[in-house]
Amino acid sequence: MKDTNQEPIIALQGVHKFYGEYHALRGIDAEIGQGEFFSLLGPSGCGKTTLLRAIAGFEDISSGRILLDGRDVEGVPPNKRPTNMVFQSYAIFPHLSVAENVGFGLRKSGMSGSEKQTAVGQALEMVGLDGFGSRAAHALSGGQRQRVALARALILKPKVLLLDEPLSALDKKMREQMQTELRRLQRQVGITFILVTHDQEEALIMSDRIAVMFEGEIAQLAPPQALYRRPANRRVGEFIGMMNFLPARVIASGGATVEVEVPGLGRAALAPDQCPAGIGSEASIGLRPESLTLLFDGQSADRVAQGVVEEHTYYGDMTYYDVRLDGAPNTVSVSMRNMPGRRVLERGDRADLAWDARAMVLFG
Amino acid sequence: MRGLRIYAVAYLVFLYAPIVLLPLFAFNDGTIIAFPLQGFTFDWFIELTRTEALHDATVNSIFIAVTTAILATCFGLFAARAGNRHVFPAKGGILGFIMLPLVLPEIIVAVSLLVAMLQIGLTPSIWTVIAGHVLICTPFAIAILNGSFANMDQSLEEAAVDLGETPLSTFRLVTLPLVMPGIIASLLICFTISLDEFIIAFFLSGNEPTLPVYLWGQMRFPGRLPVIMALGTILVVLSIMLLITAEYFRRRGLRRAGLRDTGGFL
Repeated sequence: MKDTNQEPIIALQGVHKFYGEYHALRGIDAEIGQGEFFSLLGPSGCGKTTLLRAIAGFEDISSGRILLDGRDVEGVPPNKRPTNMVFQSYAIFPHLSVAENVGFGLRKSGMSGSEKQTAVGQALEMVGLDGFGSRAAHALSGGQRQRVALARALILKPKVLLLDEPLSALDKKMREQMQTELRRLQRQVGITFILVTHDQEEALIMSDRIAVMFEGEIAQLAPPQALYRRPANRRVGEFIGMMNFLPARVIASGGATVEVEVPGLGRAALAPDQCPAGIGSEASIGLRPESLTLLFDGQSADRVAQGVVEEHTYYGDMTYYDVRLDGAPNTVSVSMRNMPGRRVLERGDRADLAWDARAMVLFG
Repeated sequence: MRGLRIYAVAYLVFLYAPIVLLPLFAFNDGTIIAFPLQGFTFDWFIELTRTEALHDATVNSIFIAVTTAILATCFGLFAARAGNRHVFPAKGGILGFIMLPLVLPEIIVAVSLLVAMLQIGLTPSIWTVIAGHVLICTPFAIAILNGSFANMDQSLEEAAVDLGETPLSTFRLVTLPLVMPGIIASLLICFTISLDEFIIAFFLSGNEPTLPVYLWGQMRFPGRLPVIMALGTILVVLSIMLLITAEYFRRRGLRRAGLRDTGGFL
């Protein structure tokens, strides 16, 4: 993790953006640290790409400030900013060779021809494309184009690398491979990466911290684990992975715990980090499918609830069950790892569910 | 199906048979344009080389066509880029009015240009013809270059700026090479349109006739018809070569840009 004493490489202060009447960014505040892998995650239209393009200089902001390395960059054009971008379409120049593409930004660097050649060679090697320099850019595959785009941006040693949905055009296998590779590359070069993605899994895998955006606002900014375990609200919980929601009523509120009554599960004492209103108020609790466990013959647990299996879906490594808890208004999803000898419950079977209050999140 | 095939063949015969007659009579040893053919001769081509007025008209036409092609393509380039990359007030209306000469009757354009030019005291000359031709060629240039810009990923220009280039050097290093096939196509099309344009040239050329205007004048002398046939033959051959060149550049451009061929501009 990062040294918190360091100056942030990017500071966003009250950034607003209007397109005519449309309010695309509604007061974005965030600080992004030196060498951090930072993701902007959200559904399409949430403003994440607008924010990235504002950092790159392709969009003017309507109000607020963007500080790059401590300097306000208002009015500074993209070619004068210490940022480089990997575009969603990769934007590889089709009329140039791979080496000419990668060396494109060095034109004004004052390097000699042989220095440039060395730099291009190193950049290509870094992304695993050594020997590809003389190839025509339009003859490359999707994954190779992506690597050329990375090399072309990283060769300029930017303070911040901006990536606009760089993996969305790749097929699943290639995408998974590039996720780990991008992470490795980022650690290797130590440059701050800002990734825009709508894929929550991708953001969780790659990022140091994630800003989840809805409708032009940051709903939550946290490291992946905190985001997954303690979503700030129902919407974040729904967007990141799967989450079951059950109605709950606050029945007691002490200094260290809040006690809630959840139909179908019973009473639970929760940490009051996101305590809603007072005693008697209606709330809801969130539970991840993997923090509910089906009990098979002979197993036991501290807290057990009963229900009926309504549906099951087989995923190969996992089976997901929809279970209606006795006395609960809606079904909950339960994920179980498929293990040798473990039987699969059928629709209509009675099921015992073990649960743990520590995995519950309370929403107001 | 059979009926359709006959229709297609008849259509092609109607379209091209008159053009095939051109070289036939250009090499025919006789002043009368009628069958049977009299024998083979190069006389009419030799006579072409001896006609002073024809040479002047040819030089006028080529100068006008080249200048028109360059000017119209430049204007087309600006308009197509503006239309594809920028949002400005009354954009639709402005672009619509620029494209209007495409459908305006040429005779109206010619007459109004003549009136306007005489009003502001310009004498009909090569330059007034160029002005008229630029007016009617620019919409074609825009139409061709619009396609080039629409095919081009906008983030390519952004990428160049992001990599440190100014908007101007981006235009030179990225935009221009990528729309070059469109530029060449536009130059060739505008050249061809200007070269065989008659009405505007007829009204605006004054005493500096272009080739079509000169040919029209020669039609009064039946004895000159075989010479005109010979000239026509040369023009047809040149046009075909020009179109083949244009198509070659278009395909090469597509290959270099890695795009799929979706049919030519012809």
